[in-house]
Amino acid sequence: MGKWDWQILLHDTGGGETYLRWLMSAWGWTCSVAVLSLIVALAVGSVIGILRTVPNVWLVRFGDAWTQFFRNIPLLVQIFIWYHVIPSIFLSLRAVPSFVLVVFALGFFTSSRISEQVRAGIQTLPTGQRYAGLAVGLTLPQTYRYVLLPMAYRIIIPPLTSESMNIFKNTSVAFAVSIAELTMFALQASEETSRFEEIFIPVTFLYFISAFAINRIAAFIEKRVRVPGMLGAK
Amino acid sequence: MSNLDFSFITWKVVSAFILKGLAFSIELTLIAMIGGIVLGTLLAMMRLSGKPWLAYPSAAYVNLFRSIPLVMVILWFFLLIPKLIGHPLGGAVSAMITFTFFEAAYYSEIMRAGIQSVSRGQVAAGYAVGMSYVQCMKLIVLPQAFRNMLPVLFTQTIILFQDTSLVYAVGEYDLLKGFEVAGKNFNRPVETYLLAAVVYFIICFSLSMMVRQLQKKIAIIR
Repeated sequence: MGKWDWQILLHDTGGGETYLRWLMSAWGWTCSVAVLSLIVALAVGSVIGILRTVPNVWLVRFGDAWTQFFRNIPLLVQIFIWYHVIPSIFLSLRAVPSFVLVVFALGFFTSSRISEQVRAGIQTLPTGQRYAGLAVGLTLPQTYRYVLLPMAYRIIIPPLTSESMNIFKNTSVAFAVSIAELTMFALQASEETSRFEEIFIPVTFLYFISAFAINRIAAFIEKRVRVPGMLGAK
Repeated sequence: MSNLDFSFITWKVVSAFILKGLAFSIELTLIAMIGGIVLGTLLAMMRLSGKPWLAYPSAAYVNLFRSIPLVMVILWFFLLIPKLIGHPLGGAVSAMITFTFFEAAYYSEIMRAGIQSVSRGQVAAGYAVGMSYVQCMKLIVLPQAFRNMLPVLFTQTIILFQDTSLVYAVGEYDLLKGFEVAGKNFNRPVETYLLAAVVYFIICFSLSMMVRQLQKKIAIIR
């Protein structure tokens, strides 16, 4: 395995930019996919998770079905469904860029995991809290908004953190539909340059520090929102 | 192409394209499960041994593999192993090695929790009746750890089965690839991707229902 030649990163790709530049733009795509999917996943996952705890059998069933559906199909298959199947059935979606489709694929896939955590977070709270909210005259949505959710979200910050890190890792699957993210870069650039380590080491490193950054941000949030006297607060 | 037509799916097509892929997916899952649990248990025992020179390498291994995307690990192994051993290696064998090492990191965390779920008094009792460390682990701790963690180990295996679809990155012929090739041959990619989703769903959903039953069964006995 010959000598490493890091200068390769400064070579021109033939498109008027260096490989280093391309690497950075690929990292940008990875981060955009991850952050946007995370927003979709948190929004959808929260709604589904809440539905699974409301006193209505049909809403609970819908939430359960959603979770089972998106959890039991591999992410790669879901991405293919969004990319190949949905635009050919709903012709109006043909013009939607594949970037958006991947964001929804990854977001919905992760929403099933987040809904599990939100549901668990709400259900670990004593039932008395729900009754207390309703007893002082709050409506059910108000009880969720002011009583249950503020505590539930604080409880589930640790699993939400690892899910956010997972979403960063899972963006790598988007290479299969040619999103210009890190894995796609790694495959294309290593083929063009016939260099392997010089391309894959920085890419792996960027995945590593992205996940680490998420971890630190989450730890910061966890510290900031701590309720004194509860859950390991000082 | 908005009309779906599944009529091309006959038994002949299934046995020609799909079963071969399904067999490989199952084979890969089983090998990585067994190898991963064995290696993962060793890693967990190293981590809990109380000896820094065993615990730190094990922790580093687990954290490294858990912070890199599986697709990257598959590509790394696929391109590095031939360089290390000096001759090319088939995608199938490479995938088996990769998944075993990768899943070991996840299984090891499960086994670590399992070993810690056995009360310390039992280990102390083992030592008190004169057992060695190995005997204590083999006869007292590990059987209970496996038992307690059985549902979690199986749940991880369902995730592993889903993850095997990522051998797509090195072009290996698995269940998903089988559907894809069939779709290309009959020019019906939409239908075959839908069917792939249905088949994966049926397999994973029924497995997870079985795990739920197992969980109930274990909970009653304990």
